[in-house]
Amino acid sequence: MSIVLQAKGISKNFHDPITIQVLKDVSFEINRGEFVSVIGKSGCGKSTLLYILSTMDTDYEGDLLIDGVPMRNKKEGELALVRNEKIGFVFQFHYLLNEFSVLRNVMLPGLKLGKYSEQEVEHRAMEKLRILGIDNEAHKMANQLSGGQKQRVAIARALINDPLIIMGDEPTGNLDKKNSQIVFDIFNELAHEFKQTLLIVTHDNEFAQSTDRIIEMEDGRIIRM
Amino acid sequence: MNTKLIFTIAKSLLVARWRQTLVAAIGVTFSIAMFITLLGFMTGLNDLLDGLILNRTPHIKLYNELKATPNQPIAISDKFKNHYNFIHSVKPSGTRAEIYNYGAIIDALKNDKRVFGVAPKLVAQVFYNVGAIDVTGVINGIDVEAENKLFYFQDYVTAGKFIDLKNTPNSIILGKGLADKMLANIGDVVQVTTPKGDRIQLKVVGLFQSGLQDFDKTQSYASLTTAQKLLGKPSNYVTDIQIKLTDMTLAPLVGKEYAKVFNLDAEDIQTANSQFETGSSVRSIISYAVGITLLVVAGFGIYNILNMMIYEKMDSIAILKATGFSGNDVNIIFISIALTIGFFGGLAGLISGFGLSVVIDNVPFNTAALPTIKTYPINYNPKFYVIGIIFSLITTYFAGLFPARKASKIDPVVIIRGK
Repeated sequence: MSIVLQAKGISKNFHDPITIQVLKDVSFEINRGEFVSVIGKSGCGKSTLLYILSTMDTDYEGDLLIDGVPMRNKKEGELALVRNEKIGFVFQFHYLLNEFSVLRNVMLPGLKLGKYSEQEVEHRAMEKLRILGIDNEAHKMANQLSGGQKQRVAIARALINDPLIIMGDEPTGNLDKKNSQIVFDIFNELAHEFKQTLLIVTHDNEFAQSTDRIIEMEDGRIIRM
Repeated sequence: MNTKLIFTIAKSLLVARWRQTLVAAIGVTFSIAMFITLLGFMTGLNDLLDGLILNRTPHIKLYNELKATPNQPIAISDKFKNHYNFIHSVKPSGTRAEIYNYGAIIDALKNDKRVFGVAPKLVAQVFYNVGAIDVTGVINGIDVEAENKLFYFQDYVTAGKFIDLKNTPNSIILGKGLADKMLANIGDVVQVTTPKGDRIQLKVVGLFQSGLQDFDKTQSYASLTTAQKLLGKPSNYVTDIQIKLTDMTLAPLVGKEYAKVFNLDAEDIQTANSQFETGSSVRSIISYAVGITLLVVAGFGIYNILNMMIYEKMDSIAILKATGFSGNDVNIIFISIALTIGFFGGLAGLISGFGLSVVIDNVPFNTAALPTIKTYPINYNPKFYVIGIIFSLITTYFAGLFPARKASKIDPVVIIRGK
């Protein structure tokens, strides 16, 4: 099984107002096709870790390898390219652009990658929306959807470039029970039917129990994996 | 592909905030319109005022200055060579006011490539007889056609036809002020007395208004032959040769050269009217300063609106960066928003500036001083329009530069975690 993501001794300090070490020598690996959840109490550093793994936060010590390539010393533009091509994001909040239609929102990262023609990207976007069961809403504006639908559009957006890994930061945190279940079922389907690698930060233990592997954190350290 | 995508995003942001965009664009439009109008009006006025003097002033005037010879006989004499001579109260004598052999000089000048045209002139001091009162004045004997070609004589003749001066013998065109004083009108006969005491009757064929009231109260025009007859001089008697050059700036240089070659005195336009150039350039500087100030103010408006847009769109910028748009892409998005506002605002500004100019151009403007001017003068020089659009692009670019840089530096982690 090939390693998709590898963290080697990652530490991070917050300096404001006083220096606090939030991550202490965190090391682990994620293999292709794994469905991993990260749990822990608030403030244990799980979100901080996720943003470092996502390449958006570059202020850390240690090494991060994505697809075997070290991320340290990469320029901002190169990291943007890595995020575009290899990582899909689902946040607690959907972050859809209200100026665009649902379809267009899903297409944006695909158009940015420029691997396929516009028609092809559109076709692929429709396919992703169909998988998530919201292809009927494709031509609505983003702000006309319900909260659960928006989160599903955000997942479709994360999938558009067939990323190496999907990272989620409390993706069900803003949703009610029913919608949480829908999103959770989608993740399960992606993991088991499409062999999509997933790394989800959550504080929902029920959610975590049904994933392949749980990484539990406390005070900036991994205590179980 | 990527550029097209970035422009689509910029366009969507613009359209989504169309009210703010419109306000920003109107700011640019307003300032460019004012810039164009102001410059067009100012320059139009400048050209008018310059034309008032420059059009009717020869670039070089050749004449004989009335002055004592610098080589007095005693200085030339051998007998007093080793003496110091003091001569008091030297007077000029026997100086000829006329230009010797003027026909040959004019032929020589006409062959000079730098010369646009030549017009001879005869200035005669006279008294106009108004009943028992004599009014001192000047009659300018002119070559009517040459004068018209070089100095737009017909523009100043407000009543009658200028060419009648040539066609009617013993005719005169009076200054408007002078005609009022003499109660003379076209068709009337006026009487003038020459300095030698001869009386001569002249028929009024026209009136002129130069725009300089003092000038109109004393001056009048007659044909060269009439003036020569008036003074009892032969037909080769001419006091001034007026020259217009193809390039006005050469006047001081060429003037000196002619003075030497023809052994005459020369006066160039730059020396005679130096104050006008100064006035023109100062007025232009003021117009540009006001225009640029307006643009800078509009630039601050754009800066504010872009800044606000960035605060509102923090989330969008953050997600764009999270999904793979680089800081540079975000930078280009906001710069192109600013430039779009600048371009379309500027374009609308050019059009409305032109419209405003046309309106001003049609506003009646009648003044006794300027008989040929019926409406306010406007200069439609395309140069102003080019400068206007370039300025609008430059200011909006700089207005967008700092907000765009700020947007490109937004850290998506801070925004996303802050939720």
